[in-house]
Amino acid sequence: FHREAKFQSSRHLCDSAFDSQGEGARSVPLSGHVGFDSMPDQLVNKSVNHGFCFNILCVGETGLGKSTLMDTLFNTKFEGEPMQHSQPGVQLRSSTYELQESNVRLKLTIVNTIGFGDQINKEDSYKPIVEFIDTQFEAYLQEELKIKRTLHSYHDSRVHACLYFIAPTGHSLKSLDLVTMKKLDSKVNIIPIIAKSDAISKSELAKFKIKITSELVSNGVQIYQFPTDDETVAEINSNMNGHLPFAVVGSTEEVKIGNKMVKARQYPWGTVQVENENHCDFVKLREMLIRVNMEDLREQTHTRHYELYRRCKLEEMGFKDTDPDSKPFSLQETYEAKRNEFMGELQKKEEEMRQMFVQRVKEKEAELKEAEKELHEKFDRLKKLHQEEKKKLEDKKKALDDELNIFKQKKTAAELLQSQAQQAGGSTTLKRDKERKK
Amino acid sequence: MADAAKTAQQPQPVGRGEKAGAEFGYVGVDSVLEQMRRKAMKQGFELNIMAVGQSGLGKSTLINTLFKSKVSRRSVKPDDEERIPKTIEIKSISHDIEEKGVRMKLTVIDTPGFGDQINNENCWQPIMKFINEQYEQYLQEEININRKKRIPDTRVHCCIYFIPPTGHCLRPIDIEFMRHLSKVVNIVPIIAKADTLTLEERDFFRQKIKEDLRANEIEVYPQKEFDEDAEDRVINDNIREKIPFAVVGSDQEYQVNGKRLLGRRTRWGTVEVENTAHCEFAYLRDLLIRTHMQNLKDITSSIHYEVYRVRRLNEDSTQTHDEEDGHPM
Repeated sequence: FHREAKFQSSRHLCDSAFDSQGEGARSVPLSGHVGFDSMPDQLVNKSVNHGFCFNILCVGETGLGKSTLMDTLFNTKFEGEPMQHSQPGVQLRSSTYELQESNVRLKLTIVNTIGFGDQINKEDSYKPIVEFIDTQFEAYLQEELKIKRTLHSYHDSRVHACLYFIAPTGHSLKSLDLVTMKKLDSKVNIIPIIAKSDAISKSELAKFKIKITSELVSNGVQIYQFPTDDETVAEINSNMNGHLPFAVVGSTEEVKIGNKMVKARQYPWGTVQVENENHCDFVKLREMLIRVNMEDLREQTHTRHYELYRRCKLEEMGFKDTDPDSKPFSLQETYEAKRNEFMGELQKKEEEMRQMFVQRVKEKEAELKEAEKELHEKFDRLKKLHQEEKKKLEDKKKALDDELNIFKQKKTAAELLQSQAQQAGGSTTLKRDKERKK
Repeated sequence: MADAAKTAQQPQPVGRGEKAGAEFGYVGVDSVLEQMRRKAMKQGFELNIMAVGQSGLGKSTLINTLFKSKVSRRSVKPDDEERIPKTIEIKSISHDIEEKGVRMKLTVIDTPGFGDQINNENCWQPIMKFINEQYEQYLQEEININRKKRIPDTRVHCCIYFIPPTGHCLRPIDIEFMRHLSKVVNIVPIIAKADTLTLEERDFFRQKIKEDLRANEIEVYPQKEFDEDAEDRVINDNIREKIPFAVVGSDQEYQVNGKRLLGRRTRWGTVEVENTAHCEFAYLRDLLIRTHMQNLKDITSSIHYEVYRVRRLNEDSTQTHDEEDGHPM
């Protein structure tokens, strides 16, 4: 029980699968071949099936040979013509390529800074770069925070390595370089390289490198250090760390040297061979970037730079890990609290809108009532008028009727008289009547 | 600021097949495999395996046989609990083992008391709770602001379910357990103590079990729906044909034909554990350890854990909504 209890607590403390003191988990010898030594193979096979992705950001002024170096590094002609110098601001252009070597499928994304260093006012030059890097982190964070997420098949677009191209002035770093690198060093693995280094002589180069390194140190710029904790590669990595920044030359043109075709740049006074370690550090760069530390670059990006971004972003949004007096907050609870707050605000707004609506309705209603009232009044008036008219007409009618009656009476009386007279006076009355009528 | 990525340009083939001799053309991208391997060796691996079954089915012995060492709880604490516990207990114990430079932290989770009571209703619940607790622990760590470089993985990667060799069909407790648990963890059912069954009886039993599983819509490992591609499906179909494996465990060695082999000696012969003509232990070992260990872990983390996470995050939000409005959604 004691051992288990210790095990339970040490679980929370240990950083890797194996606590350095082996606390809580006892070592047990195996009496035969079990077979889990195939685990690394199983893991590698899984990765091979999924494919790999690697994203390189090239930062440097126009004309420093960024595209050519990428072509040389990956032995292929990536598309794109040389960029002009007339860009209004710094832009980032990214292109993705699928490369395959034996059974490894690599999704390589190369991001180029266009127009970097071309402006008259370069104060904001670093901003688009920082924004780009942050955008990739943000995309990953969003995916990670989603409820239904597909992390294992997510195309990782975070920048794994930033090659910073230093112009071969031979003197020192430009202030733009220092400012930019300082802004980037906590966000991405920076590998500074001296571009077009065939423009510098050997002695100048040594001095240049020392100057650059000391300037970086004195300005507190953290460049990527090749890892020295794994014995297999510790030696070569620490050796290479001393050669930074790498002085490189890129070329996709081939020149015949001896009986071989090599990548080189041909000058009237000689030929610079790209893959000749005496001529430049290209081979070292390729070795370090691709053949030895690609995986470490990806891991550092994820466990250091991305975590830092995530932490800052979440803290910015108001989340915290622990409340000093009560039990630890969970992200979920804080998220819920924020959500409720937001919903509360929404509700308040809704209330306000409703109130206003009600108000308007009331007003309109009042107006309509008024109008209705008027209409009624009018109707009443008209009705009254109509009734009066009717009465008048009826009176007239009555009067007329009376007249008619009187007339009828008179007529009947006259006819009666006439018939009586006829019976008494016979034809003379008739004649007399006739004469009278004439 | 960044334009949309122009996708999938296929430049000229780079060093495909022509690596020998000509350094020219070779970039070295495939060395990333070696880098990964190095990193994995340095970090080591974790595996959490759970054994569930009634007492007396040889769980401890089988785990010991699988890992060729005394890793089960019984071996570590022999005087502990000779009695059968009154309720189901969950006991886990961890070991560091190493083979050819590959280090592994193996955690064996035992479930004494399962299926041993008179009333075994809801026997699966404590186990389900334990599994969910591990998911919860992982989730809590994952959503922390300051989180560890490597989140310690205590999630159960594989649950071996021991079916007693009745020879007939699955019992209700088996079906109940597997029905509930197959939704949250990879279940590998095995026929325990298979040396009490003849080969024909085993085949018959296997068919019945498969029928019962189908009838109850229980998906055991390797689950059909998680096959990644055609190649996977072929391999896994093959395995699905053969499961559940009829196994015999033993941590005792005997002399057979001049060789020292793990086995069980009886008066009528010696059952050789690693002889595939005698039992299918070797297939189980190959599946769990030599070929599908990574896959078990992947399915646990990218499927089972994600399902738990989705459920958990959704239920949190509907719950608070209810409390807020004061009326059911």
